[in-house]
Parts: sequence; structure tokens; C-alpha cells
Amino acid sequence: MLTKRIVPCLDIKNGRTVKGVNFVDLRDAGDPVILAKQYAELGADELVFLDIAATLENRKTMQDMVLKVAEQVNIPFTVGGGISSVADVDALLHCGADKVSINSSAVKRPELINELSDKFGSQCVVVAIDAKQVEGEWFVHLAGGTIPTEIKLFDWAKEVEQRGAGEILFTSMNHDGTKAGFANEALAKLSDLVNIPIIASGGAGTMQHFVDTFIDGKADAALAASVFHFGEIPIIELKEELKKQGIPVRL
Amino acid sequence: MNLKIVNYGAGNIKSIQFAFQRLGYDAVLTNNSEEIIASDKVIFPGVGEASSAMKMLKDSGLDTLIPQLKQPVLGICLGMQLMCNHTEEGNTKGLGIFDVDVKRFSNAVKVPQMGWNTVKNLKSDLFKNISEGDYMYLVHSYYAENCEESIATSDYKIEYASALENDNFFGVQFHPEKSSKAGAQLLQNFLDL
Repeated sequence: MLTKRIVPCLDIKNGRTVKGVNFVDLRDAGDPVILAKQYAELGADELVFLDIAATLENRKTMQDMVLKVAEQVNIPFTVGGGISSVADVDALLHCGADKVSINSSAVKRPELINELSDKFGSQCVVVAIDAKQVEGEWFVHLAGGTIPTEIKLFDWAKEVEQRGAGEILFTSMNHDGTKAGFANEALAKLSDLVNIPIIASGGAGTMQHFVDTFIDGKADAALAASVFHFGEIPIIELKEELKKQGIPVRL
Repeated sequence: MNLKIVNYGAGNIKSIQFAFQRLGYDAVLTNNSEEIIASDKVIFPGVGEASSAMKMLKDSGLDTLIPQLKQPVLGICLGMQLMCNHTEEGNTKGLGIFDVDVKRFSNAVKVPQMGWNTVKNLKSDLFKNISEGDYMYLVHSYYAENCEESIATSDYKIEYASALENDNFFGVQFHPEKSSKAGAQLLQNFLDL
């Protein structure tokens, strides 16, 4: 049986992890390779690396990091941030990334999704969507959720699927950082609307939030950062709890 | 150990090389027929779309070479699918090494299947020290039907062949290079054949 996935997300700046991490004694908590290896050991199903300061200059730095992660980590990982062309993706996949995540660049030029899925296959194209609910309606936001657009979440989700996205990473700006649970209503609607996997993001605070997003939100995977990085929720304990509540997980 | 990875332009080959490197082996990329014939073991990878991958294979003449190989050959993901008779993806004729067809998952499930699934009904030495119910990482929209040559099956609404064997040819639908310890064990088993 296919299991639900637990996905820690690491923010990267100039090849180093940004947010502090203190869930284990690490020689170098800022080294994404050491951290990624640790997460793989501790039961993470997949990893996401998000280049939060993506610029032309540090593209090479990111590629070097991807190469080192691929060399040492034996679980799949996605790379996102600043990816806007077929050439960008080609370079990252050649360094050993399994999937890439595109966000603003897909909104600005939706054909990019077609180009990537035609060339590399939809299995490696994750479209990240940041959205905010305003007066009952969900709107897509850009640049880490700071720039609103007129695009409606559900229209956009349908479009990215049709254009060849293999997966959607949905972050609710209303829930992100609140630790009050995921946007399960919108997630469930997304899951019913499209037939590709959905990764839930934004709002993880407790183990029950993960249970809820897999059951009520019908999510295929759940992504979180701080609850994992600060050891608030150990991944093994989380998976044991999920299993206890009847959710299939890899243990 | 002379280990070669067939390089015909399809797939995330770096990860496979790294996985063997972690086991202490150097897997060399090549599309050179003599080099492939002379090797002890051959990895036939593949990611992407079937008809374009088959075209690349034909362009390099490897479509006739691969079925004639005598040493152990391991097809991974799309590589395994291309070793079958036919795939619905792009209505593509395969290499006919495995006597089975490849079909698309129905829309009763999310397509692609993405993530960790269990393998069961394990039969071959390829699964030595791997247990029934161990998890492997899969990403695919098409599947080989369960058949006589199945050496592992998985369930995704239907039961399908997640690994195949015919003489010296092996195929796995999952990505052993990304499947943590169980995947590393499978690659080691292939090397030990």
C-alpha cells in the first residue's frame, strides 16, 4: 500500500541552512548535507530544499549542494527557488535532484510547466502554489506569498495539472507559521479536483495536525520545517502516531 | 567488478552512480556497445517518456544490443518498462525481454503513483535479505501487469509487477537508488548475482 509521506523542508541561503536546527547534536547544523543525512536516518520520506535567496550568482552554489546531497542521501529530494528555465532544471537534475519545484516562474509563464514535463517527465515537476484566502476566496500569491494575484487557486491547480505538473505543493499563507493546523478544507477540495498528488504545507504544530491533514485534508504528503528542525515533533514518533490512527506510513 | 550504466540520454543517472559509490563500486556511464558487452553487470536506467526514450535507444543502436546481452542486466523504472513487450505510453513497442504489457493506471487513483510502497511475493535472489512488506520508492504512471515473470508485486488499487526476471534480465519499477537501506540491499544483491 502506498504510504503517506513526511517531508521536512530546509531553507537554504548560499548553500547553508538558514533556520536554526537543534533536534540532534550535529557538528555543523548549517550544513544541509549533514542535516539531510540525519533526516533520512530519522525516517523522513523525502526532503525539500528551498533556495530562499536564489540569485544568478549563487546558482552554482546550489548545484554544488545538490551534488553533495545526492552523493550521500539515499531518499528522494526536491529542489526549489529561483528556477525559471529548462536549462536551470537540466543542471539540477544532472546534479542528482529527483524533482524540482517551480512557483512564481510558472505563474509568470505557465508554458514552462509544459516545457519541463515534455523534456524531463511530469514525475519531476512539482508546482508550488502559495495562496491566501481573502473573503472566502483563495488567491494565488507570488514571491513567498508577498505579492497577491487575481488568479484563483482552484483554477490554477487545474491548469498546472493539465500542463503536466506531477505534483502540487500547496502552502496556505493563512496557516503558514501559525502552528494551528493545515488548510484542510482547501486541501481536500484540491485533492478532489485534480488527480495528481498534493503536498500539504503551512500550519503544522502538533502530531494531530498531520493526522487531520491526511484524513480531512486528503493530502498525500505533509511538509513542515520548524516542528522538525527544533525537535518539537520527532519524525519516528509522528509516524508511530499516524500508524496508530490507521494512516499508512513507512516505518 | 566491471559495472556499466547504459547512457542513452534518459534519466537521473547521477543518483544511480552515487548509490553504487556508497556501496564501494564505480559504475561507469557508456553508450559504447563493446564496453557494454565486455562488462560484468549492466544497469539500464530510464526516466521520462517511453516513446522518446525508445527513440533515443534506437538512435544509438542499443535497442538491438540489450536483448542479446548475456551478463546480468538490471532495468530501473522506465528502463524496466522498455524491456517489456509494449507500453501504452506513446503506444510504444518495447524490447520484448519480458513477456508482459505496460498499461496506464486508471484515474481511480492519483497518477503518478508517487512515494513509498511495499513489495511482496518476493521470489528472486535479487530480494535476498529484503523482507516481504519492505518499502521501496516509486514514481510512475504506467505499470507492468502481474505475470509469470513477476518476482515482486505491489498494490496500487490493482496488484502489479514491481519487479521482473527472465534469465539474466531483471527489472524493477521502483528506484533502488532512492529507496534507503532496502534499495541499497537490492543493488548489492544485483552485484552479488
